[in-house]
Amino acid sequence: MSIVDIAPAAVVLPLLAAGASFTLYKHPNAQRLLSVVAMLATLCLESVLLVSTWGGEPQSVTLGAWAAPFGIVMVVDQLSSLMLVVSTLVSFAVMIYATGQGLADGDSDAPISVFYPTYLVLLAGVSNAFLAGDLFNLYVGFEILLTASYVLMTMSGSAPRIRAGITYTVVSVISSMLFLISIGMIYGAVGTVNMADIAVKAGHLPVGTQVQLHLMLLVAFGIKAAVFPLSLWLPDSYPTAPAPVTAVFAGLLTKVGVYAIIRTETLLFPESRVDNLLALVAAATLVVGILGALTQSDIKRTLSFILISHIGYMIWGISLATPEGLMAVVFYIAHHIVIQTSLFMVVGLIERRGGSANTDRLAGLAKIAPILGVLYFIPAINLGGIPPFSGFLGKVGLIDASVQAGTWQGYVLAGVGVFVSLLTLLTLTRIWNRAFWRKPEDAEFPDPILLAKDQDGKYGVRTSGELDVESRRYKGKDVTLLPRPMMASTIGLVVVGVAITVFAGPLFDLSDQASGNLSNPQVYIDAVLGSDHGASAEGGH
Amino acid sequence: MIDAALLLVMGVLYAVGVYLILEKSLTKVLLGLMLITNATNILILHTGGVSGLPAFFDSEVAAEDYFDPLPQALVLTAIVISFSVTALMLGMIYRSWVLSRRDDIQDDAEDRRVAAQPDYDPEDDDAAPIEPSEFEGSEEQREEAYRQRKQAERAKKEGSRPQAPDEVPGFSGEHHPHLDQGDRDRGEWHA
Repeated sequence: MSIVDIAPAAVVLPLLAAGASFTLYKHPNAQRLLSVVAMLATLCLESVLLVSTWGGEPQSVTLGAWAAPFGIVMVVDQLSSLMLVVSTLVSFAVMIYATGQGLADGDSDAPISVFYPTYLVLLAGVSNAFLAGDLFNLYVGFEILLTASYVLMTMSGSAPRIRAGITYTVVSVISSMLFLISIGMIYGAVGTVNMADIAVKAGHLPVGTQVQLHLMLLVAFGIKAAVFPLSLWLPDSYPTAPAPVTAVFAGLLTKVGVYAIIRTETLLFPESRVDNLLALVAAATLVVGILGALTQSDIKRTLSFILISHIGYMIWGISLATPEGLMAVVFYIAHHIVIQTSLFMVVGLIERRGGSANTDRLAGLAKIAPILGVLYFIPAINLGGIPPFSGFLGKVGLIDASVQAGTWQGYVLAGVGVFVSLLTLLTLTRIWNRAFWRKPEDAEFPDPILLAKDQDGKYGVRTSGELDVESRRYKGKDVTLLPRPMMASTIGLVVVGVAITVFAGPLFDLSDQASGNLSNPQVYIDAVLGSDHGASAEGGH
Repeated sequence: MIDAALLLVMGVLYAVGVYLILEKSLTKVLLGLMLITNATNILILHTGGVSGLPAFFDSEVAAEDYFDPLPQALVLTAIVISFSVTALMLGMIYRSWVLSRRDDIQDDAEDRRVAAQPDYDPEDDDAAPIEPSEFEGSEEQREEAYRQRKQAERAKKEGSRPQAPDEVPGFSGEHHPHLDQGDRDRGEWHA
């Protein structure tokens, strides 16, 4: 019994907790407690996994004692365990945030008996996708997380959410179908769905077949990762979901797609490279995404477009096909999950405090709620790539890798990347200028809550102050504008974002180890099939 | 031999499915998705190769006489998943019908609003006003001057004023802790 044998618990624990919390639908507090405890336990378990992978090679767990390539395997290496820890950490923060929102608003909008179980199922799906050593199990992981996301996306079933939810669901189902078709074709071609086994056998296929299977997988994962020509669904659907749901989706779901692309490029089809295509797509994603962000006035939509744009950074690193590039990508993904989620959480708070997430309606928040200003400013300049934050370090890593690769594509992408980072900063500064700095009466359509005055007739009512406007009442009851749990979880995640900068050294070490193992698929294959796997090459047909 | 009839069925299902997905009606899109799902199931079934005996172990039977059972297991999983997603989508489509009496894919109101924005944005594109010194006069005087300047700007802006976020027809505000959306949430939503 080695430490990696606990890996399946990262999937099983949230699933069991989801089932148990369903039975507690009459006891909201017990449900909350159970969900928080289950998530903390999962987080501890995954941290142990992460520590155990330090400096080592990938390790595999065979489920039900069916030997690979016939049984289902889970593979733990630095990349998957880092993704597990970061994703669970972020989900935990968002769960506290959602709990705070639920406690403050009385859960009238989001039936609590559905939220917690679905959320835990989402986490189980994400963990399953990160751990899967089997293409079909990866598909199942995707389906688990997608089905949970359909429910979370359309929570409360209001008209805009149903409209956005249907678009999201149809696009996701089509991408899943493409993935399933690719799995079918890969099975037809090599007679296995085990990823290590595919890696061994795909090299014997004709190059044309390899490229075709490779591209089909890339299209399926590209839709999930929201890479440019396949990204149009994202800004349409994410902003309408409830604030905590948008936060966790933006942080996690597209990164699962990027993770799958990394595995496809490094493990499944390392011989049929499509680097030029990836470089082109990366540049297009970077530019088109950020231009979309510049035209928006709604902060949630702006951030959704920035999210798409920054997926381009990850594809850029992958397209370099060097260990340095992969190292920068792994670091960048970890950084981006945390920062993007914390920004969406802050926007949820802005929406509560300022009454809207639209910059045409917002103003003067720096005076009204200075703490929100701090919470927005730190992740925003981090995302924009201001030194010394992790966004800067990640981009420097990517540029460094491009220069080391020395190809003209690398140099072009480095130029585009710097330009886009500048535009990101411009976009985020515009939000800052409009929502935080100008006076409330300068907004085009100021929300009444911004114009509310305190007893002395001054703007800028603090949350503790008396409001003389009716709008403080929501569905006949008082609401707390900035509930403590929501603030605490947001502050916590912003601090984690800063910690990524402070502990960038160890994180780069870990990313380096991850990219070392990714660049040498043989260690992955040996971990799954054993080093004497020549005999199994007879399998299939 | 690969079954030609099944292949033909698969091709027809894909063709009809893709055609239906491109329709604007939600029900037709759903039907298209179902057909594509079934076509994919047939495709996976094909990857099992030539037909053979069911995979129940019998020491008399040679290994190559069995039909490959793995694709069947994959198809079974895929059927269960597509079944649940179809049920969920039917629920959503019904909800969309209850809310807006419409069975078609609706445009994103915010998209239309952004697209309708004039190229010229007074805030960004106007010549920067000459600001009097911020350090002259009392605070009240400066406040007053600031207010007058802003008023003048606003009057100028009226001409090219963008639409307010909720002035767009068909747009219903986001979850809003301060306003009782009441009817809008309960489904009296007019297209």
